[in-house]
Amino acid sequence: MLTLLGVAVVVVGFAARFNPLLVVVAAAMVTGLAAGLAPLAVLGALGKGFNDNRLVTVALLVYPLVGVAERAGLQERARTLIGRFRNASPGPLLVGYMAFRQITAAVGLISIAGQAQTVRPLVAPMAESAAEMRLGELSDETRHAIRAQAAATDNIGVFFGEDIFLAFGSVLLMVGVLASSGVTLDPLRLSMWAIPTAVVAFVIHGARLMLFDRALRRRATGIAE
Amino acid sequence: MIKLGVVYLLLGLVFAAYAGLSALDRNNPKRFGNAAFWGLVAASFLAGDRLGDLGNGVLVVGLALIAGLGQLGRGRPATTSPEERKVLAARFGEKLFVPALALPVVLVFGLVVLKPLHIAGQPLMDPKQAPLVCLALAAVVAVGLALILLRQPLISPLQEGRRLIDTVGWAALLPQTLAALGAVFALAGVGKVIGDLVTHWLPMDTRAAAVAVYCLGMAGFTMIMGNAFAAFPVLTAGVALPILIRRFGGDPAAVAAIGMLSGFCGTLMTPLAANFNLVPPALLELPDRYAVIKAQVPTALLMLLANMVLMYVLAFPR
Repeated sequence: MLTLLGVAVVVVGFAARFNPLLVVVAAAMVTGLAAGLAPLAVLGALGKGFNDNRLVTVALLVYPLVGVAERAGLQERARTLIGRFRNASPGPLLVGYMAFRQITAAVGLISIAGQAQTVRPLVAPMAESAAEMRLGELSDETRHAIRAQAAATDNIGVFFGEDIFLAFGSVLLMVGVLASSGVTLDPLRLSMWAIPTAVVAFVIHGARLMLFDRALRRRATGIAE
Repeated sequence: MIKLGVVYLLLGLVFAAYAGLSALDRNNPKRFGNAAFWGLVAASFLAGDRLGDLGNGVLVVGLALIAGLGQLGRGRPATTSPEERKVLAARFGEKLFVPALALPVVLVFGLVVLKPLHIAGQPLMDPKQAPLVCLALAAVVAVGLALILLRQPLISPLQEGRRLIDTVGWAALLPQTLAALGAVFALAGVGKVIGDLVTHWLPMDTRAAAVAVYCLGMAGFTMIMGNAFAAFPVLTAGVALPILIRRFGGDPAAVAAIGMLSGFCGTLMTPLAANFNLVPPALLELPDRYAVIKAQVPTALLMLLANMVLMYVLAFPR
C-alpha cells in the first residue's frame, strides 16, 4: 500500500498547482523509496526513463515552422479566409475539423495536424474570427473558451479515430497483451470494434459543439439587450 | 539506415541554439535561467546516451529545480508587429498556407514513398521509427519552403521557435518527464497494487457490474498513470480475461477495443497526459492551466457511459 504514496504526491501536487516538474520528481522519489529502493537507484531509474522517452519530445520540431509562418502573417490570413464564408460559425467549423481529424487519424495520419501545427496557427484563430463576425468584439473570457474548445476538439477527434488504424500503438499493444494470455486476436477485428465508439464520439462532441455555439450567441444577444 | 539518432541530433542542435539565443536576449530578465533550462534539454538530446542513468537523473532534477524555483522567464525575440502581420498577410495571400500544408504532404510522402525504400538491401529508415523520422524531415522541408516563399530571415526559424517554446515553457518537457515517472511507477509495481485493489474489492458477480468495473477502472487507472497503455495490461489480466471473456463469454476483440477506448476517456480528464492537456493551454496562452481538461470532461464522461453501454450490448453475442 505504501507504494501508492507517490500517486498521492501527484494528486496533491497537481491539485495545489505546484510546478508539475517538481511534483513529478518528488513523486518519483517517494514511490521509489517507499518500494525500498536506494535514493540513487531511484534517481537513476528516473534518468533512464527520461532518456528512453526522448521520442515524446520530437513533436516540438514543428515549432520553428509554425513560428516562421506566424511571423509572416499566417494567423491573420486564416482569419481573412474564414471571413469569406458569411455563414461561418465556431460550432460547425469545429465539427468539420473533428470529422477531418477522426477520418485522417483512422487511416494513420495522426501528426499531419495537431495542437502546435494546426490548432494554434489555424483552427483557433478561424474559430475566434468566425465568432467575431457574428457577435462583434469578444470578451477575453469568450476568446479563451473558444480556444479551449478548439484544443479539446483536436484531442477528442484523434483519440476516437486513431484506434481504427491497424498499425496504431494501442492496437498492437492489445494484440500483444492478449496473445501473452493465450488469446489470439485479429488486429482487423480490433479496429472494427473501435468504429461504434468513434461514431458515438462524433455525435456527442458534435452536439456539445453546437450547444456551445448556441450558448455563445445567447451570451452575445444577452449583452446587446 | 536512418534512425531516431539523427532526429535527436537535430533536436539537440535546435535546443542548443535556443539556449544560446536565450542567453543573449537582454529583454528577458531571467535569460540565464532560460539558457540553462534549454541547455540541459540540448545536452539530453546530444549526449543523453553517454550521460549514464544517474547523469540523466541529475539532469531531470536540474530541469525541475530551474522551473520550480521560477527561474524560467519568457524571451522576447524581435518579431513582426500585429500591424505588420496584417500587411504581410494581405501581400502573401494564400501563399502563406503552402508551408503549413507542405508539412502533412511531405510527411505522407515520407511514409508512403520513402519508408518502403531499400538501399543496398538495407531499409532507408528504421520502420518502427519512420513516423518520427518523417515528421522531422517534413518539418525541415517546410521551414525551408517558408524561408524561401515568404522571404523570412535565415535566423527566424530559431528565433520564432524560441518565441513559441518560451510561451510553452516547462510544460514542453512535462510529457517526457511524466513518461519517466511512469517507468519508476512500473519499477515499484504501482500498477500491480492498484490492479489487485480493483480485482479484490469490487463486486463483479453480474455482467453489468464487471463491465462497469473494467471500463471505469480503465478510465480511473489511466487518470492516475497518465496513459491508457499502462492501465490496459493490468486490468485486462485482472478483470477482462478471467471475468468478462472466460466467465461471461465476451468477444475478446470487442472487450479489448472498447476497454482501451474507455481508458482514452480517462486520458481526456487527467493533467498527467500533459502533451494533450497541459501543453495546449500554454500554446494558446490561456490563463487557466486546466482550461482544456475542463472543456473535455463532459464529453469524456458521456463517452465513458457510452462505452459501457456499447460493451454490454455488443460484446456478448449470445
